[in-house]
Amino acid sequence: MNNVFVYCEIDEGQIADVSLELLTKGRSLANTLGCKLEAVVLGHALKGIEKEIAPYGVDVIHVADDQRLFPYLTLPHSSILVQLFQEEKPQIALFGASVIGRDLAPRVSSALKSGLTADCTSLIIGDHYDKKTDTNYENLLYQIRPAFGGNIIATIINPDHRPQLATVREGVMKKEIYDPAYKTKVRTLDPKNYLSETDFAVSIIERHIEDRKINIKNGQIIIAGGYGVGSKENFRLLFDLAEVIGAEVGGSRAAVDAGFVEHERQIGQTGITVRPKLYIACGISGQIQHRAGMDQSAQIISINTDINAPINRIADYTIVGDVADVIPKMIQYYKENSK
Amino acid sequence: MNGFKIIVLAKQVPDTRNVGKDAMKADGTVNRGALPAIFNPEDLNALEIALRIKDRYPGTTVTVLSMGPGRAAEIIREALYRGADHGVLLTDRKFAGSDTLATSYALSMAIRKMSPYHLIVAGRQAIDGDTAQVGPQVAEKLGLPQVTYAEEVLSVDEQSITIKRRLERGVEVVKAPLPTVITVHSSAPDCRPRNAKYLMKFKHARTITELQDSSEDYIELYKDRPYLDIKEWSVADVEADSDWLGLSGSPTKVKKIENVVFTAKESKILNDSNDDISGLMKELINNHTLG
Repeated sequence: MNNVFVYCEIDEGQIADVSLELLTKGRSLANTLGCKLEAVVLGHALKGIEKEIAPYGVDVIHVADDQRLFPYLTLPHSSILVQLFQEEKPQIALFGASVIGRDLAPRVSSALKSGLTADCTSLIIGDHYDKKTDTNYENLLYQIRPAFGGNIIATIINPDHRPQLATVREGVMKKEIYDPAYKTKVRTLDPKNYLSETDFAVSIIERHIEDRKINIKNGQIIIAGGYGVGSKENFRLLFDLAEVIGAEVGGSRAAVDAGFVEHERQIGQTGITVRPKLYIACGISGQIQHRAGMDQSAQIISINTDINAPINRIADYTIVGDVADVIPKMIQYYKENSK
Repeated sequence: MNGFKIIVLAKQVPDTRNVGKDAMKADGTVNRGALPAIFNPEDLNALEIALRIKDRYPGTTVTVLSMGPGRAAEIIREALYRGADHGVLLTDRKFAGSDTLATSYALSMAIRKMSPYHLIVAGRQAIDGDTAQVGPQVAEKLGLPQVTYAEEVLSVDEQSITIKRRLERGVEVVKAPLPTVITVHSSAPDCRPRNAKYLMKFKHARTITELQDSSEDYIELYKDRPYLDIKEWSVADVEADSDWLGLSGSPTKVKKIENVVFTAKESKILNDSNDDISGLMKELINNHTLG
């Protein structure tokens, strides 16, 4: 009772990275609260799955293994979670802010009439005093996220309802093994006790999932372009530089929206979070939503025609100039000076 | 088949994508009042999905439901100009401060009042919050299935609808029974523009409040053209319980709002001269940042 729960997503037969990241966060929240960390895994052919999860410091793993639970469908997964949460009464439940998590968590939140905060960038435990009712709340989950187009940072709480529900995007939290030999308890759920025929009203007819071909999350050097790059053609320059120095290419939301670069490369609060050793921001103004996805980069170079662009304030180097002039020179001088 | 009855959920939002210099206050924070109010982009994709069904199945009606202040009637008119048939504005001071759960409760009560219906179509998320919660929560409140991240309706008949969904790294085709709730992703086709014929037809469409505030006398016009009436519903009209609405009916509370203030770090300023860039590249190679 009153533990921290993480819903674990299955991706290509393994626990998704975002879920492992949440387990790491969940472990630290559970340590602060002095409670247990529990994981929920719903899918098919899950034998041995606990070995993947336990090292993250998971005390209890709830597993429902049934061929109808994979691929993911909204209704069966939400029916199991809602009933399980009613039985186990978690104080906190975390979901990845993925297509699955963003489909599932609101449904669960509505059924349990408890609040949900989407796309949190930070989760911490804190107290709250409500003046109106003169009530002191201890150990609430502060759900912190940028809001209003990233122009404000909001701290959201859920004082009177449980579980406190939050989603977090992949890459926002760090995944870290807690103890390779951590002792866990596996609890097998019998799907029959949780599901009815009406949960299978929606059926999957076809599914095409591509392998991850773009993997910028773990890139050591990232060159990212914004709206200021100006065109899809100019974006080619970023790829040229990337090839020469061995980097990945990303884009801001504005660049993705403008069609300069694929959605899979979007960096920021509603995209991927990266922590490279070098981040080269090309024509990116640097709204907080973008910075939320890259401000932990070890070094930042900003190339921008506007010396007052907000991104320059977190940059180690600011090159005042046009991307189309600067990048070819970077390529040239890298080639001349390397080796 | 006599067509489908489709409800499109739409929201008027501040255009947070384009926070220009005019919208910035002297202290560097955003002046929300200065942002233009627009039709939430993915709700336009949702409207297009509904209109395409209407194109294929004569007799289909598309009703736009929006919750918001009086001026949100603007987006309902916009939807009528593009091909929607009716509009309903859910508006009441008691809705103010509602979180996603309270909002979905209010919408679900309005939808109940509009039954029977075949489909509820909404944008995946609104750009002022990016939460993507209201669609699934409405579905849960109504006890209906949901299909999120929809990109295209492949087929629809009296019993079921087949939909292509956009996933992170692929697509999925699902079949759902009717009625169902669909949320539409921005990768779906853009909404068609205004149609000149509909613009003429609905130019004077107004809510009752707008009529009362107007200096012009439309009473005669409205007697002959009932379709010009944009319905305005309050909490009482949809028989909603105020305990579940507004600030007090919302489980989530905003504890703190901080305006974003930049803390500047020391930045070396270079220009695009050959010397500066050559120097930078040498430095990055020498300190092993670049291989």
